[in-house]
Amino acid sequence: MIVAVASGKGGTGKTSVACALALALDRPLTFIDCDVEGANAHLFLRPLMTFNEEVLIPYPFVDLSSCDLCGKCVEECHFGAMLRLGKKVKVMQNLCHGCGVCRLVCPKRAVSMTGRAVGTIHKGVAGIMRFFCGELMTGEALSVPIIKRLKKEMDDLVIIDCPPGTSCPAVESVEGSDFALLVTEPTPFGVHDLEGMITVCRRLEVPCGVVINRSFGDDLDVESLCAAEGVPVLLKIPFDRKVAEAYAKGGTLLEVMPDLEEQLDEMFLEIRGLRR
Amino acid sequence: MIRIAVMSGKGGTGKTTAVASMAWYSDSLVLADCDVDAANLALTANGRPRTKDDYLGAYTASIDPQLCTECGKCEDNCHFEAITDLKVNAIHCEGCGACRLVCPTGAVSMSLKKSGEIFVLDTAHGPMVYADLFPGESNSGKLVTIVRRLAEDLAKSDGMDIVLIDGPPGTGCPAIASVTGVDLILAITEPSLSGEHDLMRLIELARHFSIPICVAINKWDLHPGMSEEIEESCRRQGVITVGRVPYDPNVMGSIKAMRPLPSMFPESPAALEFHRIWKELRSRSKERVGSGLSLEFD
Repeated sequence: MIVAVASGKGGTGKTSVACALALALDRPLTFIDCDVEGANAHLFLRPLMTFNEEVLIPYPFVDLSSCDLCGKCVEECHFGAMLRLGKKVKVMQNLCHGCGVCRLVCPKRAVSMTGRAVGTIHKGVAGIMRFFCGELMTGEALSVPIIKRLKKEMDDLVIIDCPPGTSCPAVESVEGSDFALLVTEPTPFGVHDLEGMITVCRRLEVPCGVVINRSFGDDLDVESLCAAEGVPVLLKIPFDRKVAEAYAKGGTLLEVMPDLEEQLDEMFLEIRGLRR
Repeated sequence: MIRIAVMSGKGGTGKTTAVASMAWYSDSLVLADCDVDAANLALTANGRPRTKDDYLGAYTASIDPQLCTECGKCEDNCHFEAITDLKVNAIHCEGCGACRLVCPTGAVSMSLKKSGEIFVLDTAHGPMVYADLFPGESNSGKLVTIVRRLAEDLAKSDGMDIVLIDGPPGTGCPAIASVTGVDLILAITEPSLSGEHDLMRLIELARHFSIPICVAINKWDLHPGMSEEIEESCRRQGVITVGRVPYDPNVMGSIKAMRPLPSMFPESPAALEFHRIWKELRSRSKERVGSGLSLEFD
């Protein structure tokens, strides 16, 4: 059973809900923080880190002694990553996606593929959980290869803390999950971005349900969107200034709202019935 | 022309609220919403649509089953695991064209598809450019670059002196595209360990690209101790804190009404602080134009 906790809009409480769920379930599971551009789950679960691994992507090396500057690689690169500068061909590191087209088109076989690090994954344990998170290197653009690597760490029961947004990093994180838990806030911004995330889940054929965080009780806009889309509202977490105060210092939702533990347990049973 | 990007690292710290509020105090700027995955700035604007264009994002491969001999070369050469059982997965395909190059029978073709829309609105404070990347599409960095270019062109043609960018969360592709070549980053953070952690990553990113950065702490009084710690961490990095915005329930009221905070609650504590921050950013930008030196924030 793989549960992805996602949102569309940032800062709605994905990490808070994912951590609270993992703690409430209180059984051996694997927690994967896929928000490699701003990983925060470790601040709440405080794992003991035991292992690091660099994530490499394929990267072209141009052997200038065999290159005759024909310019084929420059022409065929869809990402504009190959540049001819005087008597040299230069790879623009930040634009290269590592597709290998330059190697394929080079008539002189001057291009070979090496590896380049774009980030790191960290592995550890938090209580009875296995814990994984990733870190995109400063100035690097590609988070997807790190997320792909993290998602190789599958298990019987997995909770994935996803990055915000509705494009590649979020898609990569949610794909293949049995259920997506979409955390939203009851504001026009939250509703707008939730709608995008529901569409993503539909495209990926991942069933989803909604958690309304910081609810003031009156969440009509979220509820009418969910009704129209046929997506269940599984849980409401009331607004409480004490949550923000506890969160500030790495406190979890369960510390402020102990009742939530049972509700999350029940929600998990409900998800089991709704999963793919 | 001065380009200011409002960024955060962590999502949901108040970037859009800050941009909408600061824009309210100006009448000669161009707004650019670069959070193309979740563009919310236009929801607050009540603008008049000027133009709408298609975003033809990336190429996607397709395989003609009539010509395919099932040799499997395309699958072997795809670095993105986008071809399985001789079918292209459009979500994973990055449009590099390796499959087309290796196909011995010419069964693979590449086509551009529409993956979003780009809009220009006229608002009371100047034009706004924003884009809607369709859910699940890739190439957000390229779309951000287009939004910025359009905003800068509009600033020139409409005679506006500031481009104010509402940035995406994170530090990856769309974030890098949002800050490349800007004159100043205003980082909006919140008093929490997560806010601080992601702010430090953003400061590192700004360093990496040599962009001046300053910080405003939103909802600072939710945890004054943590706010103090964040300011201290910033000081150690040589980054100044230009504002402390108090927690203000009026903010939620204005978001629910989909209007900029100062238009509804001009005297509210948060609105007054955003006004002060904006004046400070403006005066610092003027100094820059006057002296011809780069912004000295650190």
